[in-house]
Amino acid sequence: MSRIVEVRELRYVWEDGTEALRGVDFDLEAGETVALLGPNGSGKTTFALHLNGLLKPTQGTIKIDGLPVIERNLSQIRRKVGLVFQDSDNQLFMPTVLEDVAFAPMTSGLSPEASAEKAMDALRLVAMDHKANKAPWHLSAGEKKRVAIAGILASDPLLLVLDEPTTYLDPPGQRSLATLLSELPQAKILITHDMPFARMLTKEAVFFQDGQIAGRGPVDQLAAHFNW
Amino acid sequence: MRHARLELWSRGTSFAHRRHPAAKILVTLVFLIAISSLHPSQARAAIFYFVVLTALASAAKLPVPRVLLAAAVVLPFACVFALMSFFAGAPEKGIAIMVRSWLSALTTVLLMATTAQPDLLAGLEALRVPRFLVQVMQFLYRYLLVLIEEAGAMRAAAASRAGKASTLEFRRASAAAGVLFARSWGRANAIHQAMTARGFTGHIPRFRVLRITAADVWFVFGLVGPVLAVRLVLP
Repeated sequence: MSRIVEVRELRYVWEDGTEALRGVDFDLEAGETVALLGPNGSGKTTFALHLNGLLKPTQGTIKIDGLPVIERNLSQIRRKVGLVFQDSDNQLFMPTVLEDVAFAPMTSGLSPEASAEKAMDALRLVAMDHKANKAPWHLSAGEKKRVAIAGILASDPLLLVLDEPTTYLDPPGQRSLATLLSELPQAKILITHDMPFARMLTKEAVFFQDGQIAGRGPVDQLAAHFNW
Repeated sequence: MRHARLELWSRGTSFAHRRHPAAKILVTLVFLIAISSLHPSQARAAIFYFVVLTALASAAKLPVPRVLLAAAVVLPFACVFALMSFFAGAPEKGIAIMVRSWLSALTTVLLMATTAQPDLLAGLEALRVPRFLVQVMQFLYRYLLVLIEEAGAMRAAAASRAGKASTLEFRRASAAAGVLFARSWGRANAIHQAMTARGFTGHIPRFRVLRITAADVWFVFGLVGPVLAVRLVLP
């Protein structure tokens, strides 16, 4: 297996001096899925934003598929790492579902026809191709989440990073999302407080505390250890 | 969401919807110049513009009464200036201000109701509007929607606790404006992050390639000619 994520000694300090990450080391292999657990403010989302180059480390290095996350590699990095944000409404900004999903392929320079084809493939994967011409705000929360994931899949990422993917979803929506994600071959990082959802998708978890990784191991073992 | 109505209308397939956005922007500009320069005595020209705009709305298969109502959103603002003219002893000027404002708003609503927002921006780019300005407009539009959504959420939250959100007094409303700004800033930041994460580098690519056709040329000359003629000829 090839290593998809390699993070060494990652530190991040916010402008007000708050230390959000304090020396994080993290590895993830291709096709592997891991859940990031931990209290609010422990640095999980800050960590995830670094993987896509949205935040620049104060110190330390990040490599995605062997490529350092630095300014000149950002367009490649952003095609390799798909970030699915907690609130899908923030993520969907084009007038129709198809145009939204085609945004990344179009930005990467594909023709409108090839982008539309890629977008339809991605929509088929998440079973949303029948809503291609709908406006995103006419969809239910579960449908928006699927479209947001399709928007990421359209750029053929190696890694999916999902921040609280079950927020706003009802239980059937959560189960359906878990089934969908389990069928996707990409490596996945799930930031979640939803333990049943985490268990449905992975056996392995990382526990964040005070900007550090306090433990890594089986989900149940970590949950018991940290009284989670 | 209220803003969804204009978006929905703009996705029609009528003759007006299919025209090149640059052609529609040109026609809109001519209408706006003709309407805004109308003299209070040119009532017949105003009626002509109203008839043409209403006919266009109807031909575009838009719900005409709702379009007319949407354009009336400017009337409370125009009313302030109209009242000033009334009190200054020039009621005909006051009426002209109201009529011109409403017709101008109607023209703009028609443009937006027949042109999807990305196409509108593409039209501006085709007319050589600086890309920086187009980008500012693009963000202004997206973040305006954020502002509306956040304001709606705050209003609902206030109503659920106070029961009278519609009668908020000025002092509380001004405090709420500060919170609204902070919340909207946070949302706007999250949206920008999400766009950047998907490769956004300052330009939203156009999904459809727009080309000017003979029908677009006819559309421009067929409307611009009569609009200007009426403005210059009718008393």
